[in-house]
Amino acid sequence: MLTKRIIACLDVHDGRVVKGVRFVDLVDAGDPATQAARHAHEGADEIVLLDITATHEGRKTLLDTVRRTARELFVPFCVGGGIRSARDAEQVFEAGADKVSINSAALADPLLIDAIGRSFGAQAVVVAIDARRNPEASDPVRDAQVFVSGGRKPAGRSVVEWAREAEQRGAGEILLTSMDSDGMRNGFDCELTAAVSEAVGIPVIASGGAGTVAHFADVFGRGKADAALAASIFHFGVSSARSLKQELAQAGVPVRLPC
Amino acid sequence: MRVTVIDYKAGNLTSVLKALRHLGAEPVVTDGDLELVESAERIVLPGVGHFNATDRLDSTGLTSAIRDAIARGVPFLGICVGMQWLYAGSSEAPGQPGLAHFSEQCEHFPASHQKVPHVGWNSLEVRNGSRLLAGVEPGEFVYFTHSYKGPVTADTAAITQYIVPFAAAVERDNVMGVQFHPEKSGATGLKILSNFLSWPAKGASC
Repeated sequence: MLTKRIIACLDVHDGRVVKGVRFVDLVDAGDPATQAARHAHEGADEIVLLDITATHEGRKTLLDTVRRTARELFVPFCVGGGIRSARDAEQVFEAGADKVSINSAALADPLLIDAIGRSFGAQAVVVAIDARRNPEASDPVRDAQVFVSGGRKPAGRSVVEWAREAEQRGAGEILLTSMDSDGMRNGFDCELTAAVSEAVGIPVIASGGAGTVAHFADVFGRGKADAALAASIFHFGVSSARSLKQELAQAGVPVRLPC
Repeated sequence: MRVTVIDYKAGNLTSVLKALRHLGAEPVVTDGDLELVESAERIVLPGVGHFNATDRLDSTGLTSAIRDAIARGVPFLGICVGMQWLYAGSSEAPGQPGLAHFSEQCEHFPASHQKVPHVGWNSLEVRNGSRLLAGVEPGEFVYFTHSYKGPVTADTAAITQYIVPFAAAVERDNVMGVQFHPEKSGATGLKILSNFLSWPAKGASC
């Protein structure tokens, strides 16, 4: 049976794992290679590394970080942040990533999705969408809006429509982050995740808001997510993917165990 | 131990090379140097992406070199599209023939309420006698990402269920294929690659 994936997410800044609330107040959370290996060892089904460094030097550091992290990692490894061209993607793949996650660059030039998909296959292209409910709309969930620049600026696109376009252009997966929930540990936005998951035929990874095991069970059930991302829940030894999956299994969620 | 890895420009080889090196093998990559196939001790054909990309194997002469190597008894492992290529063809690229080592066709998953591609960790039901999957316990998980699949036949070494039962692994004598990605399937995947690497190389002295 196909299992629901628990994906460990490492936000990386200048070569270090960091964690903040709503992308601010960053706290150091360790070395990316060490953290990735630990999460894989502790049962994570996949590792996502999101680089939040904007500088040119930071980009070079990222490739080193990816190379070091990928070296002893034998689970799927996705890298995002600052990938603006097919050439950027190629460098990240050569450094050892299996997938790239693209966000604002895809919004600025949707053909980037087609280009990377053609060269490396749809399975290698994850389109990340930062979403906020639209409180002014009659249906705040169906009319949720895409945001860019770390959730600060509206992109002028509907989340559901953008997810559909990304799929048509050859994205293999959607990584959906609820900016309303991110870092709050109050649960995923299940209504929004379900709206996107029902609108596309490709897997949807839910992100933002994980705080308890029940939140994961909820997003796999009500939220119709195929995978869920967790960052803060794993850092500082709060929990491990294995213990999370053991509890999910008891709640009837199909997960990869033993792992 | 030398492993000839075929590069036909279908996606990224880094992960496969890394896993082979981790297991102590020395991968050498060829995108057309037939001598590396003619002298190969064992061959891995990876591949992600579109079945169309396999036309490069024909145009470079790799197809016939691989066919000869297989006939000499060289152990061969196809991964993902590399496994599908062992069949007669795929409905993904109707004009493009495969190696036809296995006579069947690969087909798209049938329409259902479930998502395609099939992405994620799914379990293996290993059939008795598979040497490639020796030591893989019932229900062990491996990582898949694909929309086309091979049918279950007498040569199927492991079955996985998604929408329908399909061939997760195929094996006949020295020719093996896996639909999943052993290089991305944790300890289970490394065990499977290790089984392939311990397959006696043709003509090896022992």
